[in-house]
Amino acid sequence: MPDRVPPEGDQPDQGGGTVIGKLLTGNVAAASGARLARVDYVPAYPITPQTEIIETIADWVREGSMDSKFVQLESEHSMMTAAGAASLAGARVFTATSSQGLLYAMEMLYNVSGWRAPIVLVNVSRALAAPIVLEPDHNDVLAARDSGFLQFHSETCQEVADLVLLAYRVAEDSRVMLPAIVNLDGFYLSFTREQVVLPEQEGVDSFLPPYNPVHPLKASKPVAKGSAVMEGYIYSYFRYNMHAAALRARKVFSEAAKDYEKLFGRAYGPVEGYMLDDAEYVLVMSNSFTSIGRQAVKKMRERGVAAGLLKLRMVRPFPSEDVAALLRGRKVAAVFDQNLAPGAGGIFYPEVAASLYHVKGRPSAILPVVGGLGGKQLTPKEMTSIFERMQAIGRDGQTPAPMYLMRDDELAKAKRAVSIATGESR
Amino acid sequence: MTTTTRFRTLKDMPAQDYLTPGNTMCAGCGGILAVRVFHKVLGPNVAWINAAGCMTITMSYPLSPLRSNWLYTAFASAPAGAQGVRDALDVLIRKGKLSPSEDLKVVVVSGDGAAYDIGLQSTSGAIDRHLDFYYLCYDNEAYGNTGFQMSTSTPYGAATKTTPVTAAYPIGNTGRKKDLFEVWRSMKAPYVATLANSHGLDFLRKVEKGAETKGPKLYIAFAACPTGMGFDPKEGIEVEKLAVQTGVWPLKESVDGVVHHTLIPRSLTPVREYLKTQERFEHLFVPTEKREALDTIQASVSRYWKEAGAREGFDVKVPE
Repeated sequence: MPDRVPPEGDQPDQGGGTVIGKLLTGNVAAASGARLARVDYVPAYPITPQTEIIETIADWVREGSMDSKFVQLESEHSMMTAAGAASLAGARVFTATSSQGLLYAMEMLYNVSGWRAPIVLVNVSRALAAPIVLEPDHNDVLAARDSGFLQFHSETCQEVADLVLLAYRVAEDSRVMLPAIVNLDGFYLSFTREQVVLPEQEGVDSFLPPYNPVHPLKASKPVAKGSAVMEGYIYSYFRYNMHAAALRARKVFSEAAKDYEKLFGRAYGPVEGYMLDDAEYVLVMSNSFTSIGRQAVKKMRERGVAAGLLKLRMVRPFPSEDVAALLRGRKVAAVFDQNLAPGAGGIFYPEVAASLYHVKGRPSAILPVVGGLGGKQLTPKEMTSIFERMQAIGRDGQTPAPMYLMRDDELAKAKRAVSIATGESR
Repeated sequence: MTTTTRFRTLKDMPAQDYLTPGNTMCAGCGGILAVRVFHKVLGPNVAWINAAGCMTITMSYPLSPLRSNWLYTAFASAPAGAQGVRDALDVLIRKGKLSPSEDLKVVVVSGDGAAYDIGLQSTSGAIDRHLDFYYLCYDNEAYGNTGFQMSTSTPYGAATKTTPVTAAYPIGNTGRKKDLFEVWRSMKAPYVATLANSHGLDFLRKVEKGAETKGPKLYIAFAACPTGMGFDPKEGIEVEKLAVQTGVWPLKESVDGVVHHTLIPRSLTPVREYLKTQERFEHLFVPTEKREALDTIQASVSRYWKEAGAREGFDVKVPE
């Protein structure tokens, strides 16, 4: 079990090689964020690869180092219902799930956001069945993209802990009042130990004051929550209100991030650029595979190619203006989607393209790339091939055909598996 | 458990209402009457946690007929909503963030569709966690809000929109009503009871009695449903009374697993007297009597009372 509070004066490791923070898995980083946020209530249900989060919290609550009520429900649907309902009664609520669990809870995601219950949900990404698989892609969390939950996606275990705290601050802001998802990749972050500097409790307490609910369920002033509306005009009114609140979250996040940086020294924007200054070919990515993207950018730079990377950290609200500002003036962009909407392509691609359509000086082409499905490994060569394709498109002015990453050796292995299953290999 | 009661006669029913007149339920609805009486006994400090059903649309923004708290959750998970509210109140009071005077009685209210079918999983979880809550099921034996389709509470021989009577299916529903009382009892719920609006004193005393028990409490209230079952709205109480007198709707309770019938008819009125009051059973009588089906229903009711009598030491005269 990690210590909660590192000695005062600790700074994040700047790559000097000294271990300053604690070595924490992404899951324990998420649990640590929840404990630092002094959450009142944690309804839980196990699912791989998230389970370590709720096991950790169960330990902390039972040993007395976390002052919350922990309850294991009988399904994610119930877990999400309990989470939202507790928030409406005035509690600060944390919960976590993955994949099938997020989909099983999906009906309640829309309810919880409609209730304007500012809970924080950590989703540990895992690709969706069928076929059932354990490793990550983002079809799970992006299935919740229209649910009204804010979404923040993590590249590192450090980001996981920090984003949990930022998510509460933004979600509970009176200008927002919407729930939030913090996403991390299963296995690549959930079970990978990285150096994490946890902020000290005193600083967190000043950054994140206790939750002050507006109209909680109470005896002295009864309220009705989740009431039916019988006509479209009033439904539209509430839905537009949610949309406006979600859009306001962009600015609220930046304010919160500024405070966070002042207190803890780590700066977070809705998006993050890497070697972008003079970049002509820019790869747009999210989550843990961004680290592989960074390596590819470095490699291309060594070859003299003006390569760069744009990481999406905030996914809802979609940071269209930030994306447009950072992609304007580039030759070619590529969007790496670690997800697949069969019959359409990647999910981020149209969102990035829509952000750029009306922008003067937009890239001449945007290359759609799908890869990493079900946690499929990516070699540096696959990643650099994306930049090579961008260069070719920039030279010839051709319309980019989508890239679906799969190596010859992988395809051969897949075909071999199919031939065993069908008995053709005998 | 109390041995005294503040309810000696029906006149002891509290005058104070927490459900105001003018809600949108159908005329003669047994469900809303049960909610009204239930609320009288519990008093004002209640959080109603609702699953999709007829009650859901009585709470139509910006109006509410309740003087208490309300939360509509979803079809399948009202007991989990009750869990969240109960837990939040407990933890906030413990941490000193909420005054104990703000505490609420947490009551799930749903129809039989949620209680018997889609919500049974979340119900089982709440019972297993020994959640301190009430579950009031207004049971009209079908999905009433969507126009009266079969639920697993629908009795044998009832016509519903999804068990229509045709030449090939002359009986209507051929399933047997699920025994939700026994489901809860088998899961060690400390208090389980059936209610009928026609038997008000029994109703009041059971709510009073359950309120003294910590843990999950189920009340299954017979909800005469004029529009779905098919009778004149003014006949609702008569229909409920006949359900009890024929033995179709036994009034009973289970305290820590021990079942006790709170009303034991000296002799059962034949079930046909009850069945004849409702259009959903009309096909059992016209154009010709479905003798076999009527006998099946009577035999099942008679057997129930013989077995209950053997267990509890009473004797009920059943029809020939």
